[in-house]
Amino acid sequence: MALNALPPNVALTKVDAAIGWARSWSLFVYPFVTACCGMEYMSLASAHYDLDRFGAALPRFSPRQADLLMVVGTVNHKLSPVLRRVYDQMTEPKWVMAFGVCTVSGGFYDNYSVVQGIDTIIPVDIHVPGCPPRPEMILDGLMKLQEKIRASKQEL
Amino acid sequence: MATSEHDSEFRTEDMLLNMGPTHPAMHGIVRLILQLEGETVKRAEAEIGYLHRAFEKHCETGTWTQAFPYTDRLNYVSPLINNFGYAAAVEKLIGIKIPERAEYIRVIMSEISRITDHLTCIGATAMELGAMTAFLYLMKAREWLWQLIADVTGGRVTVSYGRIGGVKADLPINFDEQCRRALKDVAKAITEVDKLLTRNRIFVDRIRDIGRISTEDAISYGFTGPVLRACGVDYDVRKAFPYHVYDRLDFDIPIGQTGDTYDRYLVRMEEMNQSARIIEQCLQQIPGGFDRQHPAGVRLTPASVLSETQLGGHIEEYSETFMELPPTLRGSERQRRPGILADDPTVVLPAKEETYANIEGLINHFKIIMPGPGHGIRVPAGEAYMAVEGGNGELGFYVVSDGGSGPYRVHCRGPCFMLMSGLHKMLEGGQIADIIAVFGSINMIGGELER
Amino acid sequence: MTDESTSTSNGLPVSSTVLRKLHDRFGAALLSVHARAGDETANVRRETIADVLSFLKTDAELAFELLVDITAVDWFPREPRFEVVYHLLSLSTRRRIRIKTDVPSDDPRLASATPLWGVANWLEREVWDMFGIRFDGHPDLRRILMYEEFEGHPLRKDYPIRKRQPLLEPRIDVHGNI
Repeated sequence: MALNALPPNVALTKVDAAIGWARSWSLFVYPFVTACCGMEYMSLASAHYDLDRFGAALPRFSPRQADLLMVVGTVNHKLSPVLRRVYDQMTEPKWVMAFGVCTVSGGFYDNYSVVQGIDTIIPVDIHVPGCPPRPEMILDGLMKLQEKIRASKQEL
Repeated sequence: MATSEHDSEFRTEDMLLNMGPTHPAMHGIVRLILQLEGETVKRAEAEIGYLHRAFEKHCETGTWTQAFPYTDRLNYVSPLINNFGYAAAVEKLIGIKIPERAEYIRVIMSEISRITDHLTCIGATAMELGAMTAFLYLMKAREWLWQLIADVTGGRVTVSYGRIGGVKADLPINFDEQCRRALKDVAKAITEVDKLLTRNRIFVDRIRDIGRISTEDAISYGFTGPVLRACGVDYDVRKAFPYHVYDRLDFDIPIGQTGDTYDRYLVRMEEMNQSARIIEQCLQQIPGGFDRQHPAGVRLTPASVLSETQLGGHIEEYSETFMELPPTLRGSERQRRPGILADDPTVVLPAKEETYANIEGLINHFKIIMPGPGHGIRVPAGEAYMAVEGGNGELGFYVVSDGGSGPYRVHCRGPCFMLMSGLHKMLEGGQIADIIAVFGSINMIGGELER
Repeated sequence: MTDESTSTSNGLPVSSTVLRKLHDRFGAALLSVHARAGDETANVRRETIADVLSFLKTDAELAFELLVDITAVDWFPREPRFEVVYHLLSLSTRRRIRIKTDVPSDDPRLASATPLWGVANWLEREVWDMFGIRFDGHPDLRRILMYEEFEGHPLRKDYPIRKRQPLLEPRIDVHGNI
């Protein structure tokens, strides 16, 4: 049978692309919410800037069940072992979004108590700056993360 | 006692459970260490400090105005109240009075912030008890208010709108129509949630008679705000020590009876209605009213042309010019300045038209902006404590100056700190499931708790 | 420096009931008073702080039931170095007062207010954490905002703001970069 005679409900693709597509559109978010950025996260999850249309609506508060760790808000040195532990407990595949400039670089809190960027503790896949970032910015970051997921080699 | 009455048959021990720093119902990060006998909480202890961001130390390192962004992030659900509290404390220390229009603007914005604070608190509590719909409706209402705040201040959450001597910019055109429309929509959302929750059997059963605290304990632990008012104590800083224009406004303070979680919920719901009432009165009483359009028929000159012209020495022609300011500076033009900022050149920046058009304005601007000894806002040495009514109670700022260009010491008395110190009294004897309801009702905000 | 305050030997602001009663009761222990910026303030001798606070709380006419705040100011390098500040509020009479006391750096101790108010427990822990002032009689004086492994007291003027004491070592990725 020639390829162009396939019925319309059959598609041909690579395994990586198919799994990447599935993983990017069904992210289970662990919202590690600490501070003011949490307000924008709550806005994002609500009706105006719906996170559900990206398939990422359901927060999973157990690290074992989540695959996207969104670190939302300032992380300080007292909290850093907790963040590290949560990240370590997550199962592969996992991604990390640094939400807000405090997680990206410490923000304007250059002091004795704040971690200057969570990428000194855990590997970060996408940094979304802003203080706090508008929900549209976070969605833009999420879309870029989805492209990254789709483009990467999928481990099974 | 460490063992239960079934000691003869089973040897039982209390369990130590950690409701850890990251927990969906812990609103950010507080660690509760619970000693449990079955489901009953025998002892509870809160460990805080997971959001300590050195607010007080940072305030010491900058100038007086550079503290405003840090104050935004204290109680981040009602940032404008913190801004104005800090500004009011410094103004009290300097001893200047801000224009009446600025006071009305501050009251309007504070009350809008108070409504967003209570919306967030009730929404989050309802969601944690399972009422997802209430959360979505209240977040929708909060979005409308945030759009209103963004029109006025430029930012949704962290705004830095207050300045020492007044506010940063005037209200935009047609603000009263936008405000009334937004408040009408918010009132509709609140009514819907009221119908869903207030007489809902499940919701009421989960929060009535839960987390009760006696009035003596509440006062001993320094509670203020909705939690103290739910216990029956009639203390609101807006009525007890009126500031800005609250003494001219007609509003009621809702008081509860039993001090349990249900009363706190009812007090917050009613406070939102009262805030809407205050805003309506301010919209009617504000001196200067509202503009309906941008001033027409006026020659607008961009700032770049003005500076160029000054180089040519044609200063006199431009002394009456209205400058076309970039969008971030709209609302602070020269003709609006007397309404929004005090008339004291040692404290308040001059209008941009003055800064660009003549040398006195430039020097004035320079002396206030530059850091270092001899510059900065002139604040006499001394100390002052000013309390405003925040969303959770008495938000106080204790400001100490040594006459320098920045604060010597700023201390924020965050009402959540007191509420958390007394939390164990409300949890002991209850069940684990009650912890969620009680914790949500005290509206712990991490930024204010740990500064 | 905060003070050019009226010392008690010169006379008190006559309109203030609270300051007059304090002066009548404590006399020489009251080092100075002022009411600048509208806040009535009294500076008392360190040893008498527990009695002063107890008097203010229990006196029937004054009735300062609510402890609003306890904080401290570091006046390094002046001696006495610290100034511990108590703000009190009377709900029934709608009055506020500020009580200050000086604490030297070689013996940073003060009597605790925990027997009088429940909230003093956490407030004094915060002052200990941030300034290093011990409160005698406090049931459980340990750090509240910083972690136990932290060394030093951050809000002191000689603690640099950027001096970090991380609990976790920064991670090194496969290329050897942080």
